[in-house]
Amino acid sequence: MAGAESGWSEKKVFDTEAASFLVKELRERFGSGRTRSHEWRVSQVKALLKAVVENEDKIVQALRFDLARPPLETLVYEIGMFKNSCEVILKELKHWMTPEKVKTSIATFPSSAEIVPEPLGVVLVISAWNYPILLSLDPVVGAIAAGNAVVLKPSEIAPASSSLLAELIGKYMDNSFIKVVEGAVDETTALLQQKWDKIFYTGNGKVGRIVMTAAAKNLTPVVLELGGKSPVVVDSNINLKVTARRIISGKWGLNNGQACISPDYVITTRDFAPKLVDVLKTELENCYGKNPLESEDLSRIVNSNHFARLSKLLNDDKVSGKIVYGGEKDEKNLRIAPTVLLDVPQDSLIMGEEIFGPLLPIVTVDKVEESIEVINSGTKPLAAYIFTNNKKFKEQFIKNVSAGGLLVNDTVLHLVVHTLPFGGVGESGMGAYHGKFSFDAFTHKKAVLYRSFAGDASLRYPPYTDTKLRLMKALIGGRIYDIIRALFRWS
Amino acid sequence: MDIEVEETVGELRQYFKTGKTKSVIWRKNQLTALLDLVHENEDAIFKALHQDLGKHPVEAYRDEIGAVEKSANNSLSCVEKWMAPKKSNIPLLFQPAKGEVLSEPLGVVLIFSSWNFPIMLALDPLIGAISAGNVVVIKPSEQAPACSSFLANTIPLYLDSNAIKVIEGGAHVCEQLLLQKWDKIFFTGSPRVASIVMSAAAKNLTPVTLELGGKCPAILDSLPKPSDFKLAVKRIVGGKWGPCSGQACIGIDYLLVEEKFSSALIELLKKIIRRFYGENPKESKVISRIVNKQHFKRLCNLLKDPLVANSIVHGGSVDEENLFIEPTILLDPPLDSPIMTEEIFGSLLPIITVNKIQGSIEFINARPKPLAIYAFTKDETFKRQILSETSSGSVVFNDTMVQFLCDSLPFGGVGQSGIGRYHGKYSFDTFSHEKAVMHRNLILEIEPRYPPWSNFKLEFLRLAYRLNYFGLLLHMLGFKLGLIRRT
Repeated sequence: MAGAESGWSEKKVFDTEAASFLVKELRERFGSGRTRSHEWRVSQVKALLKAVVENEDKIVQALRFDLARPPLETLVYEIGMFKNSCEVILKELKHWMTPEKVKTSIATFPSSAEIVPEPLGVVLVISAWNYPILLSLDPVVGAIAAGNAVVLKPSEIAPASSSLLAELIGKYMDNSFIKVVEGAVDETTALLQQKWDKIFYTGNGKVGRIVMTAAAKNLTPVVLELGGKSPVVVDSNINLKVTARRIISGKWGLNNGQACISPDYVITTRDFAPKLVDVLKTELENCYGKNPLESEDLSRIVNSNHFARLSKLLNDDKVSGKIVYGGEKDEKNLRIAPTVLLDVPQDSLIMGEEIFGPLLPIVTVDKVEESIEVINSGTKPLAAYIFTNNKKFKEQFIKNVSAGGLLVNDTVLHLVVHTLPFGGVGESGMGAYHGKFSFDAFTHKKAVLYRSFAGDASLRYPPYTDTKLRLMKALIGGRIYDIIRALFRWS
Repeated sequence: MDIEVEETVGELRQYFKTGKTKSVIWRKNQLTALLDLVHENEDAIFKALHQDLGKHPVEAYRDEIGAVEKSANNSLSCVEKWMAPKKSNIPLLFQPAKGEVLSEPLGVVLIFSSWNFPIMLALDPLIGAISAGNVVVIKPSEQAPACSSFLANTIPLYLDSNAIKVIEGGAHVCEQLLLQKWDKIFFTGSPRVASIVMSAAAKNLTPVTLELGGKCPAILDSLPKPSDFKLAVKRIVGGKWGPCSGQACIGIDYLLVEEKFSSALIELLKKIIRRFYGENPKESKVISRIVNKQHFKRLCNLLKDPLVANSIVHGGSVDEENLFIEPTILLDPPLDSPIMTEEIFGSLLPIITVNKIQGSIEFINARPKPLAIYAFTKDETFKRQILSETSSGSVVFNDTMVQFLCDSLPFGGVGQSGIGRYHGKYSFDTFSHEKAVMHRNLILEIEPRYPPWSNFKLEFLRLAYRLNYFGLLLHMLGFKLGLIRRT
C-alpha cells in the first residue's frame, strides 16, 4: 500500500496546539453559516456518496489489507449500508430540517410554538477498526446532514482504511468544514482536550470512559457506541437449520466475529445443545469448507494483540476439553478458525469479557427461561437475540431483557433497518443513530415560542392578591370550569 | 452515612429488579399520590419557600406548585400512551418482519435539585422518572433547607418509599452519591458542578441530563406603538425580578437595546418597578430575597468595581441582614467586568446599548450559548435572523419565561447551558431507554446471505441493498443485469 506509507512519513506532529488551532478555525468557518443550507448539506452527502461509489475497489483493497476481509462482506456491509444511509438522507433531509409545529396550552394563550432543528456546531467523530469505513462515514454523514463541521479521527489499527479515508475526504469533500486527523493515542488525546459541540465515539468501554471524562470538562454531549456480550438464546422446537445459518451469518460472517453486535455466546438447554452443535458443525462446513483456516470467505484477526487475547481465552484451563469444533490457529497469518465451545463455566475468561472474535461458547441451562436471568446477571449488551416459536417466552424475553436492541429469530439485521434506533444502554453505550436518529444525534432541537402583544393577563404581575392566585390556579390547571368560576368571582 | 448511601442504592436496585415499578398501575398511583402530596400540603410548601427564599405564595404557586401539578396531571393522562410501543416500518426486503421501539426504564436514577425552585426542580424531574418506571433518589439542595426538609419528611408519607428516596445533605453526601453506579443522573445547577457530576458519571458510563443556565439576554427592538412598548417593558420587569428575584436559570440576565431608546426604557422600567414593588421594594413582600450570605456577597461584589457602580441608574441599595438587594438597573457597565462575564443570578439588570439592534446578534454569539433568548420585536425578518443566527436552548418572542409552561416544547440547554431536555413527554424519554425490537420468522430464507460467496450472491445483495425489488426478481430469474452495475 504505497499510498499509505508515503502519506505517513510526510505527517507533521499533531499536538494540542494544532488541535486547538483546527477547532478554532472550524468554529470560525462554521460561524459563517455555510453549512446550514440544504444545498451545502446535500452537495456534501452526494460528494461522499460519489467518493465511495467511485472508489469501491480501493475500499475493498484497504479492508483486505487491514483485515483480510472477503470483498463481498465489504461491499455489502460497509459500502452497501453506507450508500443506503446516504440515500435515506437525500430523500428525507428537507423534511427533517423543517421546524415542527407543536400545540400550545391555555396556560400560554395566545401563542404558537415550534421546534427548530439547528446544527450543534463543530463535532468530533472517533471511529473504530472493525468496520473502519462504515463506522467513520456513517456518523460523519449524519453530522453533515445536520449541518455541522466535522473532524474525523479514524482508527490507526486499520491503517490502510485510515489512509484511504484521509485521501477520499481530502479529495471529494469541502475541506473548509470536513477534516480528517489520522494518528493514535497522542493525536486522539490532543483532540479530546478541545471543546467540541458533540463527540461521537465508537469503540470499547474503557476508552468510552476516557472520552466521556474529557467531554465532561467542556460539558460536551456524547454518543458512545460501545459493545458487550450479545447473547443468543436458542429454544428447542425451532427450525434448527435456519437458526444455525443465521447465527453463523451474524457471527463469522461479520469480520469473523469482530463486530459489536455479533452473537457473542449462545444459551440453550442442556438437552438441546448437542443437536444445535451438530447442525452448527454441518452448516459451518457448508459455508467455510473443511479447512476454514484457508477459507477466502473469513476475515483474519486484526492484529497480534487481539490474536494473543483470543488465544488466551482458548488456553484458559476452565475451557479445556470444551472445544467441540474448530480451535485451529495460524499465528503467522493471524487466523483463527470458527470455534464452538460447549458447556463453558460462567467464571471462565471467555465469559468474562466481550469476545470480539470467532469463538462461540455455548452456555447450557436446565430450562430455557433461565436464560433471562443469565443475561440479566451481566451488563446490558448492545444486542440480544432469541430464536423461539414460543410466543409467551418471546414476550417475557422482550419485556425483561434490557439491551440496545433485540432481534427475534434472526441476528444482526436490525442494524440495517434505518427506521430503528441503533445504540446501547448501560455498559453498551448511550445515544443512538441510523436514519433520522443520526440527524437527531447531531442536532439541537431549539424550542421557540411566539407570543403577541395582545391579551396580557395582569394576574402574572405584582401586586399579588388572593384573587390572582385563584385565577392563576385555574388557568395553569387548565380546567375550564375553574377558570369561569375564578373570572366570575373576580368581576 | 457512607455505607448507608451504598446500602440504599443496593436496596433500590433490588426493588427495581422485582419489576413493580414497570407496571402502569404503579406509575399512575405514584403520580396521583404526588398530586395529593402537593394539594394537601400547599400551605406547608408556601411556608417552606417563604422561609428559604422569601417567596410570595402567588409566585410560589405560579412557578413551583402550579407547574408541578400541571406536569403530574399531564403525565397521568399521557403515560399509557407514552409507554405504548412505537411501530417502525420495515422495508419489504426483510418481510415478513415487524419492527418497533419499546421504551423501558433505565433503572436506578439520581436527581440533583437546585435551591432556587427547590420544590419544582425536585418534583418535576421526579414525575418524569416515575412515569418512565424508574426507582429514584432525590438529593434536594441543602441551600434551601426548609424545602429539603419538607421533601424528606413528606415524600415517604405519600410515595412508595421502597422506590423513591430522599437523601439530604451537603457536599459530602453529594460525593458519596456520585461514587455509586446509577443508570441516569439528572442534574439542575451550575456548569461548574455539572462538570464534576458528568466526570463522575463517566466512570460508570452513566448518561446525564444537565439543566444549567447562562446569561439569558433580552433583546428590545423599537416598538413604535406605546402600548406595545409598555407591555414589553412590563414583561421584562416580570421576567427579571418576578422569578426568585432574578435567581432563575431562564430569568433575564441582561437587556440589549438601541442607544436612542435607552432613556425612555430606563424611565419606564423605574415606573413599572415602582408600580409592582412600591416605593420601598424591601417592604413589598412580593420579591424573593437572595438565598444566602454567600450569594448575597457575590452579588454585592459585582457592584464593587467603581466603573460598574458608576453605571447604576436605579436602585443599588442592599440590606445584608435581610439578604435583600433592591431591583437595580445598570447602563452599559464595562463588558469585561464580572457582571457581564458571569451569570448574574440576582436582582441586577445591566442594559447594554447597541448602535443598531441587529448588532445584538453578534453580541450574543460572542458569548456562551444561553438557556433562553428573549426578543421583543415585530420585525419578522429580525425574528428569522435571530432564529437562524443564534443558538440557545429556547427562544421566546415578545415575552419571557413562559416557555417552561409549554409541555410540548423541550426544555433544556445547548453548549454551556446544558445537555438533554425534559418537560412533557421529553421527561418520560429522558428517563427511558428506547429499545429497538425487530421480529423475524424462520421461514422464507434469503440464501445469498450465506457463504460461500459468489458473484451471483454479490449481485443479489447489491440489488437488495438498493431495495431494487424488480432488479432482484430479474436477477433471480437468471437475467444478466450488466447494465445496472454501478450507479
